[in-house]
Amino acid sequence: MESFQFFGISTVAYILAMVAYISYLVSKNSTVGVIATTLTVGGFIFQTIGFGIRWAEFNELMQLGIIRAAPLANLYESLEFMVWCVILGYLLIEWKYKTRAFGAFITPIAGLALAFIEMSGMSRDLSPLVPALQSNWLLAHVLLSFVGYAGFSIAFAASIIYLALTTSNNRKSGAYIFWTGALGIFSIILVALIIDFLVFRVAGVTYGQTENHILEATFQSESGFIVLLSYIGSLAFIGLLWRYGGSIIKKIADSFSISKEMLDDVTYKSIAVGFPIFGLGGLIIGAIWAEQAWGRYWSWDPKETWSLILWFVYAFYLHARFLRGWSGPKLAIVAVIGFGCMIFTYLGVNIFLSGLHAYGTL
Amino acid sequence: MNEKKENQKENQNVVDKIVDKVWDFFTSIKLTIIILAVISLTSVVGSVVPQRAEPERTIGVLSGIVGEAFAPTAFIVLDALGFTAMFQSWWFLTFLFIFAANLIVCSIDRFPKIWNIIKEPIKPAEPDVLNLMSIKREAFIKGDIDTAKGKVELAFKKIGFKPQLHPESGSTQIVSEKGRYSRLGVYVTHLSIIVLFIGVIIAMFWGFHGGVNILEGTSTSVVYSFRDGKEIPLGFEVRCDNYDARFWEGTDRLKASESWLTIIEDGKEVKSKIVDVNRPLRHRGITFYQSSRGFAPSQDSLFRFAVTSVNGSKENVELKFGESFKMPGTNIKVTVADFSPALGIDQLGRLFTYNPDEMVNPAAFLEFRENDNLLHRQWILRRYPDTWRVQHGIVEFKDLWKAQYTGLQVRRDPGIGFFYLGSFLMTIGLHAAFFMSHRRIWVKISNEKGRVNVLVAASSNKNREAFEKKIDKLIKSLEG
Ligand code: HEM
Repeated sequence: MESFQFFGISTVAYILAMVAYISYLVSKNSTVGVIATTLTVGGFIFQTIGFGIRWAEFNELMQLGIIRAAPLANLYESLEFMVWCVILGYLLIEWKYKTRAFGAFITPIAGLALAFIEMSGMSRDLSPLVPALQSNWLLAHVLLSFVGYAGFSIAFAASIIYLALTTSNNRKSGAYIFWTGALGIFSIILVALIIDFLVFRVAGVTYGQTENHILEATFQSESGFIVLLSYIGSLAFIGLLWRYGGSIIKKIADSFSISKEMLDDVTYKSIAVGFPIFGLGGLIIGAIWAEQAWGRYWSWDPKETWSLILWFVYAFYLHARFLRGWSGPKLAIVAVIGFGCMIFTYLGVNIFLSGLHAYGTL
Repeated sequence: MNEKKENQKENQNVVDKIVDKVWDFFTSIKLTIIILAVISLTSVVGSVVPQRAEPERTIGVLSGIVGEAFAPTAFIVLDALGFTAMFQSWWFLTFLFIFAANLIVCSIDRFPKIWNIIKEPIKPAEPDVLNLMSIKREAFIKGDIDTAKGKVELAFKKIGFKPQLHPESGSTQIVSEKGRYSRLGVYVTHLSIIVLFIGVIIAMFWGFHGGVNILEGTSTSVVYSFRDGKEIPLGFEVRCDNYDARFWEGTDRLKASESWLTIIEDGKEVKSKIVDVNRPLRHRGITFYQSSRGFAPSQDSLFRFAVTSVNGSKENVELKFGESFKMPGTNIKVTVADFSPALGIDQLGRLFTYNPDEMVNPAAFLEFRENDNLLHRQWILRRYPDTWRVQHGIVEFKDLWKAQYTGLQVRRDPGIGFFYLGSFLMTIGLHAAFFMSHRRIWVKISNEKGRVNVLVAASSNKNREAFEKKIDKLIKSLEG
């Protein structure tokens, strides 16, 4: 079998796991929980093997040595790797905190990335490295950046639950409105991508010339009616989330005895791993590589600028927490904003801004 | 006289007060929080608005954000405020300056307190101090104090701590610590940022960054500054002997972009190197980076062929466009009649041209004549060996020389050492600040009603739970 088949199987397993984790949260049926974990572990094994095979395929194709053949050279591979990191981080948490309750919140992040791969029609071919990428720094740079991203993603999931727990008694507070909005937008994008997937891949509808169907079944549809419906639906969803989300999440968290201290701990620990590793891998190693390839360790290229912004947001978090004594919802909001910056640094910059880091374009 | 002194004193006070105020301003962590936010937010704008680009392009980008009607106005406003060259603007540099000052002053302000902790190795502590520790355990051991001592020492070693014995009257304390210097991590991290800043400032004032294009077969002794376009003399000559772009099999994806460079000093060749993107050439503190390439054919460009005749004899020929050579061992005259920088073959074997301003797939059109009779004509494609076969032998198209130029970035950065030092310090600093902690253990052994009482107190400045588990392990091996 080829690598993309292994990746395909793992995608299916993760999506099913996401469904299982959510049903587990609702039903509290422990068999469902075991199934969810089994699916996740199974998907993880397949994905890991997939990476191994792809690495070998890439090495075979390029003959540049095994280190330079790391399959982290295009957007498809990097998204797969990001998912791998998030799942690994989640499995560590499940094992360490002995609870499956976070699964329903963290697997959707993986689900979103996978849905994005499916929907964008991005190329899954091996892309032989252009001269700038033929460097041993590539592996270290990308590997560590993504470990950082995974840490920030997990911090995001934990802070959303934290915000839901701590603000559920006051729906009019800014923090409550903030997290329902953030979670609402995240869920809506996820659902919209899944609808895209069902319409364009499963049902096989085609129109237009582009391979890229992102949001074309909903917000970017050709039919004005569907667009309108999408917006109304989204507003209604956010409204419902605002009305019932807090109490539901609180009830679920209470029934799993997830405390806000534990969530705060997960958030901080993920950031305390993500911040130094991203600083080292994303910024320092990136700068050293740029120095050796371009003769310029810092050029305020959009990707560099956004990495710095991202890092500063978490520096802000750490200083606010330890030196200004910030805590509670105020601090958790910073972690949520950080995740927004991370998504933009990772994907938004490639889609919306142009610069030297154009390798990851769709 | 007296009044003057009074005045001076008053002035002195005012100066002191101002200095204090300024100092207080820069020690404020509130300022840190604000400056981090301000730099981040302005950087967002700077990443969206194209930097130092042509106005048309910037306006184009802006119309995607504010609409076509407002884009020109938005451009004028942003341009006047400096957002179109933001990272070089005086106000952004001021933010960076405040950031650096804040970092330095804050660190100086707090350093003595931390240093006091760091310079003191662990000592036995009084019971009331031990009581304050976040981790406390108690165990009882059968036997006398000496066996207990031995057991504790062994338990220390088991969890990787070196025991230090301190006998006291009637009891003994065994203490140990690890990672005392990791408390410096935060300061090393901050210091590394300052070191990086120093490197940038040195590069700005004493270095240069420029570029130059060199045509194959020519040389230069000056490059052009990126800042103002002015000529910068190198003090030696660089010659481009050849430039060659190679592609991945069956694609037009660049595999290598190589320049054969030679350094010439006082007419003597002193150094040669093939430069590619990740393989720069350094000479006398000046570094040459492969950056771009270009296609500029002229009358002087030379076709280079390796010609093998039917009877196997091989020779290299070099000729200009329109000139001819003889197929070895025959009477056949071959003329270069046409050229294409990018001629492809589609799946049906048909030729097509594409991308005419880059030499991606060069091809020469050859006419074969015998006694002025045209025998045949043929395209020879450099990247397709199948096309080299002709009726009377093989004509390998090696290169069109003196037709491409290499685009080099050239830099001198006397502050580069600070960059690497800063990177190194930040790596150590972040590692110490996040993945190490200062862990201390005090064990007090005393006799109590015929048993030996072992009191364990411990603290860690980070990641307490993990350390607590270690202490439990220690207790277990004592009781076991
Ligand atoms: C992006 C830039 C910066 C980074 C990456 C950074 C990093 C850090 C880190 C990792 C910590 C440790 C927090 C912890 O205990 O976990 C810290 C603490 C601290 N930072 Fe920064 N910092 C930055 C900028 C600044 C600035 C501009 C100031 C200036 C006021 C500052 C002042 C401090 C102080 C005073 C501490 C506490 C030290 C102590 O424990 O006494 N930092 N910083």
